[in-house]
Amino acid sequence: MADRFAVIDGNEAAARVAHLTNEVVAIYPITPASPMGEHADAWSAVGRKNLWGQVPDVIEMQSEGGASGAVHGSLQAGALTTTFTASQGLLLMIPNMYKIAGELMPTVFHISARTVATHALSIFGDHSDVMTARGTGWAMLVSAGVQEVHDMALIAQAATLRTRVPFLHVFDGFRTSHEINKVHVLTDEQIRSMIDEKAIHEHRARALNPDAPVLRGSAQNPDVFFQAREACNPYYERCAGVVQEVMDEFAKLTGRSYHLFDYVGAPDAERVVILMGSGIGAAQEAVEALVEQGEKVGLLKVRLYRPLEEELLVDALPKTAKTLCVLDRTKEPGAAGEPLFQDVLTAVHEFWKGEKEPRVIGGRYGLSSKEFTPAMVKGVLDEAKKDDAKRRFTVGIIDDVTHLSLPWDDDFVTEKDDVTRAVFYGLGSDGTVGASKNSVKIIGEETDMYAQGYFVYDSKKAGSVTVSHLRFGPRPIESTYLIRRANFVACHQFNFLEKMDVLETACEGATFLLNSPYGPDEVWDKIPMETQRAIIEKKLKFYVVDGYKVARDAGMGTRINTVMQTCFFALSNILPPDDAIAKIKDAIRKTYGRRGQTVLDRNFAAVDTALASMHQVKVPGEITSDIRRHPGVPDIAPDFVQRVTRMMIEGKGDLLPVSALPVDGTFPTGTTKWEKRSIAQEIPIWDPDICIQCSLCALVCPHAAIRINVWDPKTLEQQPPPTFKSMPWKGKEYPGYQMAVQVAPDDCTGCGACVDVCPAHSKEVAKHKSINMEPQLEHLEEERRNFEFFETIPYLPREEVKLDSIKGSQLAQPLFEFSGACPGCGETPYIKLATQLFGDRMIIANATGCSSIYGGNLPTTPYTVNAEGQGPAWNNSLFEDNAEFGLGMRLAVEAQESFARSLVDRLRGVIGDDLATALLEADQKSEEGIVAQRARVKQLREKLAGSKEKDAADLLAIADSLVRRSVWIIGGDGWAYDIGFGGLDHVLASGRNVNILVLDTEVYSNTGGQASKATPRAAVAKFAAGGKPLGKKDLGMIAMAYGNCYVAQVALGANPNHTIKVMKEAEAFDGPSLIIAYSHCIAHGIDMATAFTHQKEGVKSGFITLYHFNPDEAHHEGAKPFKLDSKKPTMPFEEFAMKEGRFAMLTRSNPDEARRLFALAQSEIEHKYEYYSQLAGLERIVPDDEQQEDAPLDTEDSKV
Amino acid sequence: MKPKLQSDYLGLDLKNPVLASASPLTGDLDSLKKLEDAGVGGVVLPSLFEEQVEHDEMETSRLYDYGEANSAEVMGYFPEVEDYRQGPDEYLDLIRKAKSSLSVPVIASLNGHSPGGWSRFAAMMEEAGADALELNVYYVPTDIEMTGEQVEKRMVQLVEEVREVVKLPLTVKVGPFFSSLPHMASRLDFAGADGLVLFNRFLQPDLDLDEMKIVPHLVLSRREEMLLAFRWIAILRDQVSISLCGTSGVHDHLDLARMLLAGADAVALASVLLREGPGHVREILDGLKRWMEEKEYESVEQLKGSFSQANCPDPAAFERGNYMRALTHFTSDWV
Repeated sequence: MADRFAVIDGNEAAARVAHLTNEVVAIYPITPASPMGEHADAWSAVGRKNLWGQVPDVIEMQSEGGASGAVHGSLQAGALTTTFTASQGLLLMIPNMYKIAGELMPTVFHISARTVATHALSIFGDHSDVMTARGTGWAMLVSAGVQEVHDMALIAQAATLRTRVPFLHVFDGFRTSHEINKVHVLTDEQIRSMIDEKAIHEHRARALNPDAPVLRGSAQNPDVFFQAREACNPYYERCAGVVQEVMDEFAKLTGRSYHLFDYVGAPDAERVVILMGSGIGAAQEAVEALVEQGEKVGLLKVRLYRPLEEELLVDALPKTAKTLCVLDRTKEPGAAGEPLFQDVLTAVHEFWKGEKEPRVIGGRYGLSSKEFTPAMVKGVLDEAKKDDAKRRFTVGIIDDVTHLSLPWDDDFVTEKDDVTRAVFYGLGSDGTVGASKNSVKIIGEETDMYAQGYFVYDSKKAGSVTVSHLRFGPRPIESTYLIRRANFVACHQFNFLEKMDVLETACEGATFLLNSPYGPDEVWDKIPMETQRAIIEKKLKFYVVDGYKVARDAGMGTRINTVMQTCFFALSNILPPDDAIAKIKDAIRKTYGRRGQTVLDRNFAAVDTALASMHQVKVPGEITSDIRRHPGVPDIAPDFVQRVTRMMIEGKGDLLPVSALPVDGTFPTGTTKWEKRSIAQEIPIWDPDICIQCSLCALVCPHAAIRINVWDPKTLEQQPPPTFKSMPWKGKEYPGYQMAVQVAPDDCTGCGACVDVCPAHSKEVAKHKSINMEPQLEHLEEERRNFEFFETIPYLPREEVKLDSIKGSQLAQPLFEFSGACPGCGETPYIKLATQLFGDRMIIANATGCSSIYGGNLPTTPYTVNAEGQGPAWNNSLFEDNAEFGLGMRLAVEAQESFARSLVDRLRGVIGDDLATALLEADQKSEEGIVAQRARVKQLREKLAGSKEKDAADLLAIADSLVRRSVWIIGGDGWAYDIGFGGLDHVLASGRNVNILVLDTEVYSNTGGQASKATPRAAVAKFAAGGKPLGKKDLGMIAMAYGNCYVAQVALGANPNHTIKVMKEAEAFDGPSLIIAYSHCIAHGIDMATAFTHQKEGVKSGFITLYHFNPDEAHHEGAKPFKLDSKKPTMPFEEFAMKEGRFAMLTRSNPDEARRLFALAQSEIEHKYEYYSQLAGLERIVPDDEQQEDAPLDTEDSKV
Repeated sequence: MKPKLQSDYLGLDLKNPVLASASPLTGDLDSLKKLEDAGVGGVVLPSLFEEQVEHDEMETSRLYDYGEANSAEVMGYFPEVEDYRQGPDEYLDLIRKAKSSLSVPVIASLNGHSPGGWSRFAAMMEEAGADALELNVYYVPTDIEMTGEQVEKRMVQLVEEVREVVKLPLTVKVGPFFSSLPHMASRLDFAGADGLVLFNRFLQPDLDLDEMKIVPHLVLSRREEMLLAFRWIAILRDQVSISLCGTSGVHDHLDLARMLLAGADAVALASVLLREGPGHVREILDGLKRWMEEKEYESVEQLKGSFSQANCPDPAAFERGNYMRALTHFTSDWV
């Protein structure tokens, strides 16, 4: 049978086999494994069947722990069951994995291996997760590339059924899971013939069955546990042999031959590198190139890592080997060596049959997807030549602290000339990645050539830069590293030239295609001199096309993907021009056909007009430009930012040595302000003539890029630039003061939210508001000057500002600014507001998710400090434990405060009675109170400074804790409703004073919009591709059941005053507070520019209900502490819902189900409102713990 | 003898001249059946708007592309299912369902946007089984450079284009804003139209003074509006051979009779049915029958056009503007 090819990524390659060979799939989102679950869910949603004609039941669980529990149960009850995960997710599965292995249950977990969070979280790939599972008793089969993922998924499935040993099928996160490559697709028949039906029947027969009951999961005592644990040994002894049998069968069936250990290289190699995973691709290229040069080197590929057949491993090595270099993609601090190294060392020592046992050296490489290139492999093999080779080393970094790193020579290049190597720079939103994927598909699926695509993203969600690395060639492409010498470079965004070196990888004579608003005759003088120099020195062929014009004319808006793709094909000559056009159109038909004729027609129009608009630029012989590429950060930035942050911003983070980085993951805050990204096409420009000073613009700005301040003109130290606009403050509280609304032009993302909420219209031209979006370039210079001046205006003292109002809150400095969140983000305004209200004394525990990424992803972080250097202190522990993490912070705060108070009491003699009493009895409920206490603490420090008493030293260490702290626990709905709910519940029940802010986007936003229990009925989301059948969990009501928790639901866009008052009240409440903050999200499929006003419709339709429950108001007779703050819905749910893609989509994909779910949703809204209305009328009394406990202590009697 | 209500419209043998005009009532199979049960002579489905189809297709496409590479963790936000209804599918389904459940003629309605769009969708509607096609020509020229002739030419061309690809009877729903409606009617006739529907009621935007926003404003028709169509049907009846359908403002059997007397082959109702419910067709038909009996008309075919401009006793009455008093003749030519 003719081979079928597909161009797919590693995740899809695994998921295809998993979906075909299982009946139950329990899933949970985690990068980079989520797409496997998404595929499985989407396939089952459309009725795709497994080998046995059944549609696998795909169920999303509340955590990976839950998923593994469900898998365990399903296996016990006899179904073929699988799951997919990575990193922390795998760690959560480990307890169940021990059980599953202990019970010899056949299953395969597909793992896109990812870094386990230590000093920092990283979504990227290494083996630190799977290495933690070594003790579980699972077999580990490791794939090196996309084809292998597809093949090993089946080999693992076949082997687990025959051996009863459960398998982890491991491949490298991102490098393999997200690389697209041309793959021979296994047919259903091939898969079927590998699956042992008898083994499945035996699995069924072992299942729990009341007709043949057994008991498993007993508790055993010292007398038998040990023996019983050893009873499984025979299964492990035969496991590896069975895997090889399966591999041999597979080879007969497909022609692709694998062994537990595969050796390549010189038969008489003296130096052999040993590793597993995607690094094999780079290693093989290096070894082959070196062997060609006559070097005696080799590579041993490890495929079955557990059970480890040590003797086979050793036998696979050439007997001539003198040095074995074992490379581990993980780090185990304090261990004798990393795991594979130790295993090889043991194996060689026990089983070496040659004359002299080779030396074994071991090193780490590639942590968190650090590039691993053939040059680095050569560096390792070069080290192995030395008599005094480092026995432990690292490669790929510069370690100037412990000097473990090996040098490598980047000029060692193994890429062959017959491979086209193309690099595309684009924006996340311009379709570059999609077009690149399409190009790989076209070549891979429509021609005999092989193709590979790998995509690199920066860590921002707004204006994120993507770099696509594409290879095309006559042989399968296994180069598992980024292109270092490109013969084609395309820059899809003209302004990138001023920000980054897009020609860094261009080799001599390469083609450079630039999307340029300037034609061939004028472009030269518009590009920076660095770009000109590279074009001249590298002798590049330079082409321009006005992609945006072509796309616009074709009705494609800003989607330039098709235009640029067509130009790429024309210039790269991979295919004959006519053939290329035809194939691009075929690909468009395949990709977009189901989206309708309009979409096709417009794409075709873009293809047809692209080439006519592309022109070669006649390159002058000399540099003429006076434009320079911008430095990553301005010269006035602090030292750390200059030395370290700057390198990361400029894309040179790989060059930073170990010494440049903190030892424990601690970074200074307030660094986003140094990263001037300038990504907005349009920015808001203020017109003071019609401004009513409502401050809504600043309130909703997701990036704190619109600021408001007031000042007394008499006190200004600097004079404003002539372009600076201001107007008299209209309020009575600051007579004679001026105010200004100022944009931070380089930090604005151009979302337009501020304009949308601005209520002030011009009386002459209705569309002209007090704030209007205007082209950034026209205003950039002047607004930069204006903002620079604006920043010199001091903020008012906090005690002079009425913080619990919209206007007042916006006169406080936001201590969260310029984050990398999406334009128009619905979450960040809440965080920003919280920092305006409490930021100078906030400690934040942040659950993993969007808020931890825009809150803490390098290179720069948005939490910042005020003029006194105070600001939020922030940390992210995990996804699941955030409530507990925050509670721990609270406990620490209280412990230190309590100790400090007793020390103050003890040190009255040093401090003075008055100050001590004032410190201990300070009323810190108001800003004045806090300011006064800060002053007292300052005094205290002065008084203690000279003291030699031990108590004084102790008190100095914790004196700050005498100022009231505000502990915040922040996270998304995925955390609060699902994975972290158990902990959240416990923290609510603890009664401790923490403030919990749930940024409720109703999906797992950060991982791409998977359904959570907050997802509303009828919404389409990943893992709910058929529309969510059930309603949203009512987290607020659950919390309210406790009675002693402050609970509120808010929606900033719908009722900003309500949000501010609730935040103030919740923070002031001396106990647990839960604020569920409705946060619109790009994953809702909405116009982010109008999303805040759309929230009003959410409330009007009853989709969002605003309320608050304050236990402080529940202590008296007749108390009705639940306040319903929304009016009765007046808009039909459908009218609201049809404005959101997540709901509207269901009316297309399944109109009948949409009708049914919309009707149910409407009815749910009506009944819920009725229920809440009744609650609002109900009397509820909650005993006042404070009074009952504290009352006696406060009486005179108790002091006696 | 009971009067015969049959009427030929577009070559369709209607059992009576009452059509349910395009409205939400004709967009739903249940209410379509109710209309048929009440005796309606035919139904015109709501318009398929090409612009809407295009918009929906592009929006859906954009939705799937939205954030497709937003970060390393996000390859897109929405699961793209393998099979979803896109563009005109739902509308074509409605034609098929209506055809299979109704025995009266089903007239599809189309509002095109692009030159190719009109004919593409028209062909799809024919394929789906529509008995006739109403072209809902809705064009608001806002460009100062565009002449009346250009507007007319555009309309004539699109009728020609559609005529080229479909064999279905074609009727064109026009607005009243032409410098010379009879000439335009004749051009459309020549371009291949089998009928005209007089007149389209355009949705007029309104200004919401509370929200200070321009909002769409849809009001049901008033009785007075029928007089416009009444006049022009009477004028056109004698000069063009194609079918004429009166619409807008006909709320009872008497105005129905007026339209027929002026020369309408069919009368399309919407507002009155939206207000009174689909069952109201029966009352109107009963009323027409009673009236015909009273007036001793035998059939609709008999009375159709008997008060057209040429046939009525005072042809000039159809030409007068409303500012002029009726001219009273105090003398006659021969006496």
